[in-house]
Amino acid sequence: MKRLLLGLLGVAAFLLAAGPKAEAQTPKRGGNLNFAISAETPHYDCHASDTYATLHFSSPFYSTLLRYNLSKFPDVEGDLAKSWTVSPDKLTYTFTLHDGVKFHDGTPFTSADIKATYDRLRNPPKGVVSTRKATFADIDSIETPNPTTVIFKLKAVNSSMLDHFASPWNCVYSAKDLAADPTSPRTKINGTGPFVFVEHVKGSHVAGKRNENYFKKGLPYLDSYRGIFTLQAAAMLNALQGGQVLAEFRGVSPAERDRMIAAMGKNLRVEESSWTLNLLVLFNTEKPPFNDVRVRRALLMAIDRWGGSVGLSKISTLRAVGGVVRPGSPLATPEAELVKLPGFSKDIKAARAEARRLLKEAGQEHLKFTLWNRNLAMPYTPAGVFLVDQWRQIGVEVEHKQSDTAPYIAAMQSGNYEVAIDFSNLFNDDPTLSLTKFLSAKNNPLNLARYNDEEIDKYYELQLRESDIAKRKQYIQALEKRLFEQGYQQPLFWWHRIVLTNKKVMGWKMSPSHNLGQDLAEVWLNE
Amino acid sequence: MLLYTLKRLLLTIPTLIGVAILVFFMLRIVPGDIVEVKLRADGGNVTEEVMQQERERLGLNRPLYVQFADYMWGLARFDLGISMWTERPVIEEIMIRLELSLEVAILATIFATLISIPLGTAAALFRNTWIDYVVRILTIGGLSIPSFWFGMIISLSLLSLFNWLPPITFTPIYEDPVANLSQLIWPALAVGYRYCAVTARMIRSSLLEVLAEDYIRTARAKGVYEKLVVSRHALRNALLPAITVMGLEFAFLIGGLVVTEQVFNLNGIGQLFVQSVSRNDFMLIQGMVIMIAGFYVIINLVVDLLYAVFDPRIRYGS
Repeated sequence: MKRLLLGLLGVAAFLLAAGPKAEAQTPKRGGNLNFAISAETPHYDCHASDTYATLHFSSPFYSTLLRYNLSKFPDVEGDLAKSWTVSPDKLTYTFTLHDGVKFHDGTPFTSADIKATYDRLRNPPKGVVSTRKATFADIDSIETPNPTTVIFKLKAVNSSMLDHFASPWNCVYSAKDLAADPTSPRTKINGTGPFVFVEHVKGSHVAGKRNENYFKKGLPYLDSYRGIFTLQAAAMLNALQGGQVLAEFRGVSPAERDRMIAAMGKNLRVEESSWTLNLLVLFNTEKPPFNDVRVRRALLMAIDRWGGSVGLSKISTLRAVGGVVRPGSPLATPEAELVKLPGFSKDIKAARAEARRLLKEAGQEHLKFTLWNRNLAMPYTPAGVFLVDQWRQIGVEVEHKQSDTAPYIAAMQSGNYEVAIDFSNLFNDDPTLSLTKFLSAKNNPLNLARYNDEEIDKYYELQLRESDIAKRKQYIQALEKRLFEQGYQQPLFWWHRIVLTNKKVMGWKMSPSHNLGQDLAEVWLNE
Repeated sequence: MLLYTLKRLLLTIPTLIGVAILVFFMLRIVPGDIVEVKLRADGGNVTEEVMQQERERLGLNRPLYVQFADYMWGLARFDLGISMWTERPVIEEIMIRLELSLEVAILATIFATLISIPLGTAAALFRNTWIDYVVRILTIGGLSIPSFWFGMIISLSLLSLFNWLPPITFTPIYEDPVANLSQLIWPALAVGYRYCAVTARMIRSSLLEVLAEDYIRTARAKGVYEKLVVSRHALRNALLPAITVMGLEFAFLIGGLVVTEQVFNLNGIGQLFVQSVSRNDFMLIQGMVIMIAGFYVIINLVVDLLYAVFDPRIRYGS
């Protein structure tokens, strides 16, 4: 207990030492930043990607139409857009663009580039992959009345549209490049971002140098940077300690944080935040006995989330207890409401007694099954071990099976599993993206629990088309209630993000998503 | 000798074809789909239509016999195909990493050879003395300690003692030999220790065996100096099994340093192998298996030829 308190005090001291006092200094120009990237992107095309590996690689080279203001997250601000208006009927979005912006190859940026980019996103030509095709399905037309104005007309109100426009994956490409070869962004980098591409040595690093013509005057501060691929956490931590890299921007575990605090002392900055990632418990509703709502509910009710989060948060990146929206964010269900839903009761004794009763009623008192999990130590393994223990306490016997990503996904997609640990990787708090995986399986390959539920589909559609925040929140909570009462799938824990940087690194902003804020434009070195 | 070498080289062709056929079909049995990993491993909201388009683009929905014929036709032209993950030529992906892996293997071999021959010889000559005991302790240590763990100890020692770590990005030796060696000498040391231990024990035991042979007794009876008995008569023969072991170890080092490469953040063949397996990148796996099989075949041939150099009784092709 004493050690825990000392550890917490240490973390608190580091958190206080970082931040406002340091950030208030005048930024210095120059220098090269070496930072670690813990995965390597297979290609450079943001539109075809959902992984941070592409963003930590490509973001410094590109701009987007809008982006998140990380000082006021989840507020949205302009990037290439100087300003914008939304029509009263919420069907027309008009953007005024910055003038005098140039691509790295010298081509002037105009509204035609925005149109070409969004046409590629919503309607990719043959040979092009856009993983955001469905996201932009509500766009009816894109007009470019002049070089600095672009107008998006929607087919229906979409309350998530501004968030979609701020997605970090919507890198703006040159219309000229896309006309010549729509697949070119996979292998060629030509953006309007703060850094110009220098080299990518496969398996080793990516390097960029300052874009002298960057449209935001005075930025970037750095002369250059090098993102070094360090796929193994221990190697990354050693490199951070040895000063070969000054940061890793995705996140580390509490144990890794504590090791680095002990090793680097006052040279280390620790920043922490809740994270827009969660793990979910998933039932294959096509496989008996998980087609029985009583069995699913019993298993969810046996999980002591509140007690578990205390222990798991010390050893893993799992921490917050929450529903389908990140706890603490504007549309999240408050704790007082959440505890009334199956699986979230704080009276675990009563919940487990009810779980046993439900299993007995369903004739499954001696239930045995396999829990399918991903073979990644953090945080999948502790989550799996935790669940096995929780279910053992109501007499259920579980075999914990972890497998590599490819067979794991194959099993989930083909329905060749009974119960699994799934995950949501989000970049914002807007629920539309996170709720998509709960829609009926008939038209939704993301629904790995394989159920069809018209009530859930109805609430999803209602929240998507509702612009009144209070009403939207009601619909989301109704969807959540239905989902948890049916026990199809349910968030287990939300992750906690811990980012370590050398104190020399200034100007980088922490956020709840590792996918945001990676253009490095405002990062500088205090040397 | 030349004829023998040519025959052996020709025999590598059916061997590699066999390997290619085996690996092609075995990989197709493994569950998983690279397109799923590529587009959905990070929770992407990707429609089935997009998935099919990607499969089509990568040629994965073509009949298996067409894929196989295409692959074999490529092999006949020394074309290992395109990586399905990076969409760059497999040969390019391998060549980027091969230089580093080869250099580590060569450095480790040099280290192992320079240390193991004197150690093994001393242990055999001073059998059951304190010298032998020390060598045995050192070599058992080398066999028992995993290379990656020794590598971690080296890294942490450098960090805690000198607050210094080897560079984590590769610089070719012809560009900056100091930067190159300061990065690669440590992993070479980590894997070389085990390599050295295996070889030293092999030399010790085979030298002990050879020293008990009749011809050694004859040489001594003739009054040949002990140094010459050992170096000219005993050691040359005792080295034959050690050469076999060294050859196999060398081939293993090309693709087998998976964890050690991770510890030192080396961009080598071992790391590439693991990544390609976890992503189900069939083309890259196939290419690397064939390359490593080729290495084994060639190194075995070199070992066989070296036999003739060390043992005058062995003559090939006569």
